[in-house]
Amino acid sequence: MTSTSWAQSAHLVRSTGFGGSGALVDVVDKQGAAAWVQQSLHADASHDPTVTATPAPTFDTLPPLGKGASREERQKRRQADREQVNELLAWWIRRMATAANPMVEKLTFGWHNHFSTSASKVRSASMLLGQNETLRALGRGSFLDLAEAMVKDPAMLVWLDGQKNTATAPNENLAREFMELFTLGHGGGYTETDVKEGARALTGWTVSRLDGTARFMARRHDSQAKTLLGTTADLDATGFVRVVLGHNASAPFVVGRWWRLLAGPGGPPPDALARIVAAYGPGRDLRAMFGALFTDPALVSAAGSVVVSPVEWVVGSMRALSLTADDATVRRAAAMMRSLGQVPLHPPNVSGWPSGQAWLSTAAATTRVRAATTLVRAADLHAVEDQPASARVEAVAHLLGIPTLSGRTAAELKKHVGLPPRLVATALVCPENLVI
Amino acid sequence: MSLPPIDPKKPMDGLTRRSLLRASGVGGAAALLAGAAGVTWHQVMERGQETPLASNSPILVLLSMYGGNDGLSTVVPYADPAYHEARPELAYDPADVLHLDDQLGLNPGMTGLAKLWSDRKLAIVRGVGYPRPDRSHFRSMDIWQTGSPETPVPTGWLGRWLDTAGDDPLLALNIGEVLPPLAVGTKATAAALAVGGNANKTTGADAALTAFAVPDAADGPAARMVVASYAARQRCEQTFGSLTSSDGADAPGDSGGNGNRASLAAQLGLVARCITANVPTRVYTVSASGFDLHANEKDAQTAHLTEIDKAVTAFRSALAGTARERDVVLMAYSEFGRRVRANASEGTDHGTAGPVLLIGDSVKAGFHGDEPSLTDLDDGDLKTTTDFRAVYGEVLDRMLGADPTRVLDKVPAAVGLFA
Repeated sequence: MTSTSWAQSAHLVRSTGFGGSGALVDVVDKQGAAAWVQQSLHADASHDPTVTATPAPTFDTLPPLGKGASREERQKRRQADREQVNELLAWWIRRMATAANPMVEKLTFGWHNHFSTSASKVRSASMLLGQNETLRALGRGSFLDLAEAMVKDPAMLVWLDGQKNTATAPNENLAREFMELFTLGHGGGYTETDVKEGARALTGWTVSRLDGTARFMARRHDSQAKTLLGTTADLDATGFVRVVLGHNASAPFVVGRWWRLLAGPGGPPPDALARIVAAYGPGRDLRAMFGALFTDPALVSAAGSVVVSPVEWVVGSMRALSLTADDATVRRAAAMMRSLGQVPLHPPNVSGWPSGQAWLSTAAATTRVRAATTLVRAADLHAVEDQPASARVEAVAHLLGIPTLSGRTAAELKKHVGLPPRLVATALVCPENLVI
Repeated sequence: MSLPPIDPKKPMDGLTRRSLLRASGVGGAAALLAGAAGVTWHQVMERGQETPLASNSPILVLLSMYGGNDGLSTVVPYADPAYHEARPELAYDPADVLHLDDQLGLNPGMTGLAKLWSDRKLAIVRGVGYPRPDRSHFRSMDIWQTGSPETPVPTGWLGRWLDTAGDDPLLALNIGEVLPPLAVGTKATAAALAVGGNANKTTGADAALTAFAVPDAADGPAARMVVASYAARQRCEQTFGSLTSSDGADAPGDSGGNGNRASLAAQLGLVARCITANVPTRVYTVSASGFDLHANEKDAQTAHLTEIDKAVTAFRSALAGTARERDVVLMAYSEFGRRVRANASEGTDHGTAGPVLLIGDSVKAGFHGDEPSLTDLDDGDLKTTTDFRAVYGEVLDRMLGADPTRVLDKVPAAVGLFA
């Protein structure tokens, strides 16, 4: 049995990272949750050797295919694109699994879910990496900057047809999903007219087929007045973002979406929502929002409300078991994520991944058992093996950062103390390890 | 109306209205209910032998087309000048369209369906939609799947039929391990069959899951969900009898381990094999996606519809000459059609009403419902001429022998879809 503060630190570690880890919980508990959150939110990763050890790959921009490209040339190009995206995926998994403090990667993954963009349509690893770096760089800054960067982001422009949106005939895709899924929410006070007017404001952006960068072309932009959410002006992309984020529904929506990711489907209680929205404030300050969110008493008491997602579970297992993130291990991790239904860079649609029950199919239960058996094979199990049999259940709970095991789980784990790999594999799939 | 009122706020075993709503995603990789009985190919085949479906039982195959299929590029109003005016780049040449009459024709890729039309086995319900259309993929698909346009409800229309139709877990079977919301009821859900891969294989290394299927007073909400999923896995084993590992072979397929990515041809191939093996399933659910074509629509739309046409044609061929052939009706729908006027990217934005297709020997072939006008529009979109609940009501009544008023909040007059 651990202390209340250790249990709260364990929940914080799972909320702000991938899975649990007793070693990290010890650090947080010693430093104090609030101080650790602030330090992590202000951390400069460029000085963290566990981050700089995994530099982002660079991708040559593949030359555009001509109109007359043959079927074979197209297939070859698709294959080259896929290989680059797989390399990008491997890099990100490696970064998630090895950064000493996982918070920045967890936030980046959360923003990836928020501004859900898939390689299925974007294809270009270079653009996807660009978006990923933007989410990482701005994900703790102002949401005004992040949201504005997203409506001008090459991968996003390709994903939601923003580069096809011109004054002569606007394409509504980006404007609609921006309001529905990124900033206001369905039923968040905008109308079909606002979608059309917003699309006009976003006209003029293109993506270069030569270097994959976004450019504004004034002659494709609709510079007439638009009326968006009651504001009439010659709005451009920047103005569009400012008007939408200025709407009353926006702050509660952004806070609510993060809340659901970290605390489950219920939504924040009104007092917690008010506190976190107040911290977010007129500057749309994400660092302050996360600081308030991670330490809010209502979030602390929501411990145990969220089902761990496949990416969190696989990366979390790699981290807790100190797996070496070599090519083969990372490849296996990607395959596990695929069979459990969640692969970074491949969200199912623009609304991001499902949650909760979606990860708990009867098939997933069996898949997880098989994956756990594979994961422990390459694991460093000293923390468990070095203990006498009588202390191993407690040791595995600490290894995975589980504050309290139920009687049911402890009894089952006890059966396996003689065989540490099986003990650890079993603990990886116990209900206590599958929740945040 | 004899159906008890549904409380939209009532969470159903952790699948809340919100997650249900979010779950019916554009990609077709949708929600899953932990209680869903994942079944193996072997289990399904065994049921076909032990408790075969009674002869002459109608069988519905429901195809959900995710992304908003462009109805005007599917059933093309090729003779209407307004069509060509609204879509100068995107419109199909009247010479390429497969003429159904002197006004409408099928997309050039749908040669198999054109043949079914001339064989009097294709019914096309025109202008199908619901009041106050919503142009969000997620909300609109939720409306189509729940059958409830006014109020969000936590159950699907076929799920509510399952609630009233008895206990056999195989009464409805979803192809793919992720259940769409339409197949989720309050008490009952469709079973889920994985395509390809080995997701449902039992290994023997999972004995611990039996222990973890027991609730503990210390469990929080999420842990209770995990425990429930482990318990569901066990119930499933008990329902179908335990398997040895060699029995656990999955349904053959080409999906490479992800049921949702399986081609429609692979999905329908499995359905045909189930039907001919007398599996006691009345409703099969399959899906296709990729219809959200805001840009460069024409070629992609034709390619998608060609793929669907080929899959459906092959499915019909697989049943040809069998005793079940005339019992099977395939019905296809999408969450909305698209804007009449093309956008500048040679694509179309989200719209409203669209056609519903029904294919089978028992349908009353031909057109049903009025073709929506291309000039009398509702803010640039087609006006609904047929309420989708009229279609559902008739399917429930004529194919599933159910009282539609127990499943739907409103049952408009029948369209006359069946002969």
